[in-house]
Amino acid sequence: MRKKVTAMSRRQFVSGTAGTLLAGAASLGFPGIVRAKTSVRIGLVHPVTGFLAFSGSQCRTGALLAIEEINSAGGIHSMGGAQLEAVLGDAQSKPDIGAAEVEKMNEAGVAAIVGAYASSIGLATTQRAARHGIPHVVDVCVSDTIVERGLQNTFRFCPGYGTVARTAVDNLVKINEAAGSPAKTVMIVHEDSLFGTGTARLLSSALPDASFELVDVIRHPNPTRDFNNIVLKIRAQKPDIIIPASYYNEYILLARTLSQYKVRPMAIYSVLGGTASSYKFLKEFPRTAQFIMDCNHWYDPSHPAAPELRRKAKERGLFFTYELFLTYCATRLLADAIERAGTDDRAAIIGALGQSDWSDHFMPYGPTKFLNGQNQGARPLNTQILEGDIKVIHPAEYATADAIFPAPALG
Amino acid sequence: MKSIPAIALFTLLMAPLPWLLQSEYLLNFAIMALFYAFLGQAWNVLGGYGGQFSFGHAAFFGTGAYTASILQVTFGVNPWVAFVLAGVSGGGMGLIVGFLSFRFGLKGAYFALVTLAFAEVLRILASAVEFTGAGVGILVPLQQSAANFQFADKTGFYLVALALVVLGLLVTASLESSRFGARLIAVREDEDAARALGVNAFEIKLKAITLSGAMAGLAGSFYTQYFLYLDPAIAYGPAVSIEALLVPIIGGTGTLFGPLLGSGVLHSISEFAQHLTAGAPGLNLVIYGAIMVLMVLFLPSGLWGLVVRIRAKAGAGS
Amino acid sequence: MLELELFIPATINGLTNGAVYAVIALGLTLIYGVLHIINFAHGSLLMLAMYGVFFLYTLFGIDPYLALPIVVPTMFALGYGLQRGVISRASHGKDENILLVTLGLAIVIDNLALYLWSSDTRIIDTPYAFATIEFGPVLVSTPKVIALVAAVLIAVLFWLLMTRTDLGKAIRAVAKERTGAELVGINVDHVYAMSFGLGIACLGVAACLLLPTFYVTPHVGFAFVLIAFTVVVLGGMGSFMGALWGGLIIGVTESLGGLYLGESLGQIGIFVLFILVLLFRPTGLMGQRS
Repeated sequence: MRKKVTAMSRRQFVSGTAGTLLAGAASLGFPGIVRAKTSVRIGLVHPVTGFLAFSGSQCRTGALLAIEEINSAGGIHSMGGAQLEAVLGDAQSKPDIGAAEVEKMNEAGVAAIVGAYASSIGLATTQRAARHGIPHVVDVCVSDTIVERGLQNTFRFCPGYGTVARTAVDNLVKINEAAGSPAKTVMIVHEDSLFGTGTARLLSSALPDASFELVDVIRHPNPTRDFNNIVLKIRAQKPDIIIPASYYNEYILLARTLSQYKVRPMAIYSVLGGTASSYKFLKEFPRTAQFIMDCNHWYDPSHPAAPELRRKAKERGLFFTYELFLTYCATRLLADAIERAGTDDRAAIIGALGQSDWSDHFMPYGPTKFLNGQNQGARPLNTQILEGDIKVIHPAEYATADAIFPAPALG
Repeated sequence: MKSIPAIALFTLLMAPLPWLLQSEYLLNFAIMALFYAFLGQAWNVLGGYGGQFSFGHAAFFGTGAYTASILQVTFGVNPWVAFVLAGVSGGGMGLIVGFLSFRFGLKGAYFALVTLAFAEVLRILASAVEFTGAGVGILVPLQQSAANFQFADKTGFYLVALALVVLGLLVTASLESSRFGARLIAVREDEDAARALGVNAFEIKLKAITLSGAMAGLAGSFYTQYFLYLDPAIAYGPAVSIEALLVPIIGGTGTLFGPLLGSGVLHSISEFAQHLTAGAPGLNLVIYGAIMVLMVLFLPSGLWGLVVRIRAKAGAGS
Repeated sequence: MLELELFIPATINGLTNGAVYAVIALGLTLIYGVLHIINFAHGSLLMLAMYGVFFLYTLFGIDPYLALPIVVPTMFALGYGLQRGVISRASHGKDENILLVTLGLAIVIDNLALYLWSSDTRIIDTPYAFATIEFGPVLVSTPKVIALVAAVLIAVLFWLLMTRTDLGKAIRAVAKERTGAELVGINVDHVYAMSFGLGIACLGVAACLLLPTFYVTPHVGFAFVLIAFTVVVLGGMGSFMGALWGGLIIGVTESLGGLYLGESLGQIGIFVLFILVLLFRPTGLMGQRS
């Protein structure tokens, strides 16, 4: 099951080594050798070791799958069929190492970079790439500061947490109203680093405006070994809706502990839950996962390319998670820009990305349109785990099922 | 001071590096190696020369880093001024930790663990308090200019890092030849005997930790300027504390060039291991760790000890 | 007030969590007490043991509690081998070298695990995972109660081992006066390795107790090892009863800290307690004055 990924990695290892050797040659002052026109180098920097390793690996696989597809469809046609070549970088879950990887990729003559999953790493890699004028497509990093620093080279295909939080609240209001507005009180449980704190802050100001009463906000560290006290607090305050914003490990413990204490709110409504719209979670905890909602990155369920990619992921024994499909799309976005630029010149690619009007993707964003590096059409979808599957429940144009809200009481 | 010629030679050799290296990547490597060497030098003052092993140097590093970033971002202080103040705050934190630890007679493993605890306490506080940006961290706005301590060209950073390392070398050299240093070493070798000879061990150790903390604080400020982003895990997490002690221990504690040797070798191994195993997550660190274990098994006095032995053999042979 | 109402459940919860910390700390305190080693690799070895329990369950269907007779001796052997083969050779008489060796081992083990088993979170779903026992208004998870009972048992077992058996006497002799012990014919290297092995065997127990309610990833050890150090210092380095009490106290401190200060800031309680103990009573609650 793992073999295919390793085989790909070995191939990339060879090209990575070749790249490094060429970089070595370049540093001795032979610039002519670096620009091999039969291939276009793309740097992929992700945390594939360290505590973010799972997500980083999923991202990397998504990118590699995209590159594989493009190459087998003839590569970059406007460059005479030039093949895309990945230069792999491991950020080791640390921003400074991510930045060092960007330096290496610069030496290796990459035309562009895709990365870096985590916002703290992405902040460092985009900045370092900007110093060298390398176009950097951001795959997942949700922090809004990524696109608010005025860096010309940074482009984000997916939404930031500002957009997601606002949409999440709007959609929650709609879902609530559609059921006769039974829910009034909300509790937020979030992890205490960038992702959780930022999301919680945004929600805390948006929720009261939408006439929800925010009963409590509970923050927890990474890792949290035990959720008993938190669940006791939840049970005592009986919120109608619980909004978790945590990473996978803590999310599971929270969900399990809620089950254990038989706490069943009207909805567990995640924002950028990750776990809540994860097939892995669903497979491992079918009972606990039932009815959990998420407002997260999700693909257009009616688009045929998505199930096809999901099948490929399954073949390699991998779960089809948002890290994988977002990075896949980010890489394809980049390939489209290179195709239109017709060259692997960095400035030209930046220009092409800025003008991007790409719609050959399965995300519910419409054609891309970048303003200050942020794709304007990007938005999350609402999902719910129903009947052993993840269904889209909102907005209506993408919905594959009706929301079940409130969740039926435990009986 | 005996070592001045050696330090001068080192400076002369290292200074032109940015102009000799064509590769940005190698220059970055050099900057990081110098940075970690300086951090190691800071640790070495207290650990190598003072014999007090700190497992929580991140407490001083992080305090310097946060001081530098908060002063710039929240109070608009000039980054160079903030840099100096970062050293002051690092030293201040050293004073506090040292006062508490030494006042209560903590030594050896107990001292090491208490420094670890202090670093953790600071990390938890930093991630809970709005003042430090809590979990979100602090982002220093990009505004490249020499006056703003953000160089568009890496050469600027390289020269600052080199200057810091040279400063470290001078500080260390003065430890080797001053009375303060002699007393510190006496305390390291046998604290009771030193006291019997009239050395105020408490005061000496306190000075050492303050100096060590100040240097670590400067390192923290440099990190802030180079990466422009800080969060509690980066500032006060165990990664920095481990690097701070690894570098001088591998290179040779209580020696002048130990931290430099340690930093250079450790990071070269790390890069080499990554090249070797590109694409196989984790394997490069396995190699890194294995080499560490092997080095300890076969080179117990650190790399500098090896150099000394080779020199001695060469001297004896001739 | 909410906090008051939750005080008792939080305390009971803290006790059960603390029990697991105690089991981990028991091994660490033995290792420190006898060999005077700060074992940085303790967390990584715990992680290994947990993977062992995980694979025994998923590949062979062996329940974690039933896996004890397999996991514990294996971890013992591993510990014995590591001490005899690697760590003892590395010391060369300097404490800092042991530090480096155990740190290096930790890095090797953590990343080997990452390479071999990837960073997916592994979790098992045993039928009793959600079982609870009621103590009045409080619901306690059954696996945690088992952990509490087990912790007490282990502490008692260790105490018996140390006081009633020849091995225990040898270990205590070596810990107190190494040269003297050698002079009376005790094989010190063997005793050291036995002690290390026993310390690591404890991790095998902890792993079996933890997995039903927790998960395993290559990084899971780090979360526990820092707390384990705190427990060891609090209880007194080398004292088993100290480790037991220390674990329980730390568990309750963590729980109540989380209740009153929030889970994030609440962690501070542990380290502040740690610092206070180190400053005012460094030998810990029950440690011997060295």
